[in-house]
Amino acid sequence: MSIRIEFDGQPLDGRDGQSIGGILLSNGRRTWRTAGGSQRGIFCGIGICQDCVVTVNGVEGVRACQRTACDGDRVEREVRA
Amino acid sequence: MSVRRIVVIGAGPAGLAAAASAARAGADVVIVDEGERVGGQFWRHHPALTDQRLQHQLGRFRELESALGGVRVLSSASVWRVESGAPLRVHALTGPVDGAERRAETLEADAVVLATGAHDRVLPVPGWTLPGVTSAGAVQALAKRDGVSLGARTVVAGAGPFLLPVAQSVAVLGGEVAEVVEAASIGAILRGWGARAWELTAAAGKAGELGSYVASLMKTRTPYRFGSAVTRIHGDSSVEAVTVQRIDADWRPVAGTERTVECDAVALGHGFTPRLEAAIQFGCDITPERFVRTDEQQLTTVPGVFAAGEITGIGGADAALAEGEIAGLSAAGIRASDPLLRAPVAARRRMRAFAARLATHAIRPGWTGWLDDDTIVCRCEAATKAAIAEYSAASSRGMRLATRAGLGACQGRTCGRSVEDILGAPSGIDRRPVLSSVRIGELAAHRPTHPLIEEES
Ligand SMILES: Cc1cc2nc3c(=O)[nH]c(=O)nc-3n(C[C@H](O)[C@H](O)[C@H](O)COP(=O)(O)OP(=O)(O)OC[C@H]3O[C@@H](n4cnc5c(N)ncnc54)[C@H](O)[C@@H]3O)c2cc1C
Ligand code: FES
Repeated sequence: MSIRIEFDGQPLDGRDGQSIGGILLSNGRRTWRTAGGSQRGIFCGIGICQDCVVTVNGVEGVRACQRTACDGDRVEREVRA
Repeated sequence: MSVRRIVVIGAGPAGLAAAASAARAGADVVIVDEGERVGGQFWRHHPALTDQRLQHQLGRFRELESALGGVRVLSSASVWRVESGAPLRVHALTGPVDGAERRAETLEADAVVLATGAHDRVLPVPGWTLPGVTSAGAVQALAKRDGVSLGARTVVAGAGPFLLPVAQSVAVLGGEVAEVVEAASIGAILRGWGARAWELTAAAGKAGELGSYVASLMKTRTPYRFGSAVTRIHGDSSVEAVTVQRIDADWRPVAGTERTVECDAVALGHGFTPRLEAAIQFGCDITPERFVRTDEQQLTTVPGVFAAGEITGIGGADAALAEGEIAGLSAAGIRASDPLLRAPVAARRRMRAFAARLATHAIRPGWTGWLDDDTIVCRCEAATKAAIAEYSAASSRGMRLATRAGLGACQGRTCGRSVEDILGAPSGIDRRPVLSSVRIGELAAHRPTHPLIEEES
């Protein structure tokens, strides 16, 4: 089954059960966060490093590698100086 | 005696074996894990998304899962605080990962089994913050959990037999493995793994699993380099190539041996580091090698608190299973002399022979030789090698406050051990008042029975 999420306003398709990070990667996006001016995405993949955090449905600091995506999730990138 | 209440923290091989055996021995068991499904790092499969070829020992997993009949399984539940005493207390938050409205719950227990496992240890290298560079475990996690691979052409580098299943995962998902780069030299490997080989035949299951990876690498003609390391990662906005260089027995890069290998992804793994926070918060003694100290029954130095799996030593899933079974039975009150313990104790002995061989791949201090002054060591706070080294004479707290190393979002989980290697001294970085990601609001709502922040000694 397929689901659809929104990333910075753009629709992305994923498979049911995938993490938000998994959907972003399978749609060719490697980064979705800016930290100290550089681009970051998945690093540890298991919830340890916090490199992958995004805002989900208005809630900040959600680890994309750990959160299973739900149909209709609104995901936004986060910027940290 | 009344029924023993047991809480198991962590549902990987060790925790599952502990919960199943404690329940079998008549205890009242709760198992808690932050993941959505039980299985830990080894059994991280998804029913629809995981390629079957990536999942090992699934039969054993099913067996354990069906033995959980009478066990209360709390998934998507992060343990963020524990308290020793009688009763022991375990505080958990349940709900969607990092959600704003998780449910708080405190579990009381006569015995706790800690089985919180380990995560990759990744040594910094110039360029390692570029998109496309991940831990080796991330490749496994993405392959198993999401059915996703990171790049078309991957370099897998670091140390230890774990690089083998990682390379296999890349290949199964249709990617090319440009090279596997192993830090231990071929001589060290023959000495380490070849010596007293008869001890290893008893751990034949694990050896067979490794053998199947080697066979699959040979089929795809994947180059396997020994005594070498990725000492630099190149690219503008994303990984484009790596420098592979020979290293000496101390892991110091050998000048003049550099080669460039083109790739669009790099998986780095230099072994594993245990997740000790809960054990430290309980007050368990930690060995000089930085594992939880346990006795023959897997009991820690804190009454009622047992530990099993990779937090007591890195030894793979089979060692974790054996230790978990011993811990679960002992926590349930089964005596050391009971015949029930014979099989897991024998299995633990066999697997320790395997675990001892992993020392062949242990990190050597010369690795810091491949860092530039401006290489980022702490990814969260972008603290560089030079900034950290400048404070090597300061107190650990002083160094952290000045450089911010280890004070970012991951609380030094990624960089802590590397910072210590650069400073040449332990930094107390594993002592964390909060064990997992918690929101300020969730903290504010908590009524502690003991003060939250203990003074650092
Ligand atoms: C990313 C990764 C992938 C791996 N893949 C493989 C592989 O494919 N093949 C292989 O042979 N070995 C693999 N390993 C090695 C593996 O760690 C061990 O062999 C085995 O899983 C160890 O079992 P364990 O029960 O000790 O720990 P784990 O399997 O690590 O289980 C620990 C569990 O504790 C939970 N936990 C930790 N802290 C908390 C907390 N505060 N609150 C709630 N839950 C908590 C975690 O969610 C986890 O499920 C991998 C390791 C990692 C880090
Ligand atoms: S990639 Fe490390 S926390 Fe998500």
